[in-house]
Amino acid sequence: MEQAITCRNLHKTYPGKPPVEAVRGIDLTIYRSECFGVLGPNGAGKTTTIEILEGLLPASSGEVEIFGFNWQRHAFQIRQLIGVSLQETQLSERLSVRETLQLFRSFYQDGLTVDQAMQRVSLTEKSASWVKKLSGGQKQRLAVACSLVGDPDLLFLDEPTTGLDPASRRQMWEIIRDFRERQKTVMITTHYMEEAERLCDRVAIVDHGKVIALGTPRELIASLGAEHVIEFTTENLTNHEADFEWLEDMPSVDHVDRDADSLRMTVSQPHVVLPELIEQLSRRDQKLASLTTRHASLEDVFVNLTGRHLTADSEQS
Amino acid sequence: MNDRPHSPRLSPLANLILARLREFYRQPEAVFWVYFFPLLMVVALGIAFRNKPIEKITVDVVQSDRAEEIAESLATDARIKLEMYTLDECRNRLRTGKSDVYVYPHNAQAIEYFIDPTRPGSIVARDTVNRLIQVAAGRADPVPTVINEVNEPGGRYIDFLVPGLIGMGLMGGGLWGVGFAIVDMRIRKLLKRFLATPMRKSHFLIGVMASRLVFMIPEMILLIVFSHYVFGVEIYGSWLDIVILVFLGAMQFSGIGLLVACRAKTLESVSGLMNLVMLPMWTMCGIFFSYERFGPSFEPFIKLLPLTPLIDALRAVMLEGASLVSLWPEVLSITIWGLVTFALALKWFRWHD
Repeated sequence: MEQAITCRNLHKTYPGKPPVEAVRGIDLTIYRSECFGVLGPNGAGKTTTIEILEGLLPASSGEVEIFGFNWQRHAFQIRQLIGVSLQETQLSERLSVRETLQLFRSFYQDGLTVDQAMQRVSLTEKSASWVKKLSGGQKQRLAVACSLVGDPDLLFLDEPTTGLDPASRRQMWEIIRDFRERQKTVMITTHYMEEAERLCDRVAIVDHGKVIALGTPRELIASLGAEHVIEFTTENLTNHEADFEWLEDMPSVDHVDRDADSLRMTVSQPHVVLPELIEQLSRRDQKLASLTTRHASLEDVFVNLTGRHLTADSEQS
Repeated sequence: MNDRPHSPRLSPLANLILARLREFYRQPEAVFWVYFFPLLMVVALGIAFRNKPIEKITVDVVQSDRAEEIAESLATDARIKLEMYTLDECRNRLRTGKSDVYVYPHNAQAIEYFIDPTRPGSIVARDTVNRLIQVAAGRADPVPTVINEVNEPGGRYIDFLVPGLIGMGLMGGGLWGVGFAIVDMRIRKLLKRFLATPMRKSHFLIGVMASRLVFMIPEMILLIVFSHYVFGVEIYGSWLDIVILVFLGAMQFSGIGLLVACRAKTLESVSGLMNLVMLPMWTMCGIFFSYERFGPSFEPFIKLLPLTPLIDALRAVMLEGASLVSLWPEVLSITIWGLVTFALALKWFRWHD
């Protein structure tokens, strides 16, 4: 398969006291017409990585190639081939949707018409509206339209759905799927595991500036060893420190994690574990406060690898 | 693939200029500050300085036998406002600036004047009072003289002021207009977003400068026309030369604005920098009064500042009818400032936050 992006041994250190090592040795290969996700908590180095690949930040060391070109010598060619949506750009408030797209279209040699771009993101009706009159979701769609208007082969999206309501988020996913169906390549960063699972062919899980897991969402979940998760709390969970070691000895249980307020078991056969669990709890006089079972997700993969949650306060200084 | 007929494809530069112009005229408050504020300033300053009342001379006379006689000899000059006080009161009034001079006729022969030599008004008052007293006592001037008062357009303060205000307007408009717009776009990450496209960096900077020129040339012409009809300010040189100077001045200060804003990350830091750059020019480059007052040792430095040649050239064209060809050193200086600051801004420009 033809490679869209390759980067080798990418490092980025921001000067300061002390210096911040945002990226510490990332290798990635992204193939043409794949949707590749970079999943990780805030502060993991996702934005730094994608901005280096977009040619917006210089790497401290390492190599980057986009469709075989490199940024030092072929920046102009690469920019004609890629579309970029930054994490937060405030487009000019007093320009209309059409005027904004006309401006961005004028920078590219070839591309969509402004009307096509508006159609792709369902903003045709808002064509004459000023940017400041748009809702958050519409603004975000316009931002993506600005990156589609040059008809790129490769689209970079940095947390495109952060802060959007569920309906706008689904709309954004539709836009990205539509782009994918045209045999084009997408690289997306997100801290929503659901987004990565639904959209991406392959996912790299990033933490503290390194890739800690890489594969298809299915492979990553399979790496847990068991595909189901049982999560429960008991009424007096916090009082008993070491009372749950017996969970690990139950049949079909692969792994147990304990938080301040809940227990999480990765299991392969929930129908075997559940009756046993309930019986054991009542035998020990533990009252269930809540219990849920679900398919394992990338979130569980992250928790399994780091002991932390993706979305909780996991920013590291 | 072509756009629909009503949205023709323009060049990136034309699109960038158009976008800036649209953003400007869709902001009514910005239009007000750009177009009406300079006019208000001309009105305020024009009224303040137009009919300067003839200055009064406050003269105190120490109460004594000869006080009446002195009062009579001074009564011939309408500018003199005369009052009589005791010696102590006179001394106090001079000290606190309430009078310009006091006259102490201390015996039959001599008259003493008490003045504050640091106050120009005080010296003028002494000379005037002394002349009147001497003439009343019988002094005749050996050479006959006639004084003619001149107050024609071209020589008044308002005529001097308008070219200064044009220069000041070009400086403020270029620096604030360009500087704030750039830093604002940097904060909004719009610059970074543009960097991610194949847009040429020079197109962007030229676009910002050019859109500024489009605002400023009509602004300055409005100001000149306004001061012509309201205050009778005449242009003795050519209109074309004025327009060319305004164009070059706007370009020069847009370039300086780009340079000042080329690294700044916040609006606070850019406004501090702009004030730092503008302050010496506000005070020294001859907007409100001639820079010759700073003395010959300062002049070479003042002439290096970018505002000085612009105002000098504007005054020469407007008041003296000079041609641009004769003003080539000024024109060259303005052009160099514009080009060099633009080139440096392009080189050092920070596109990221």
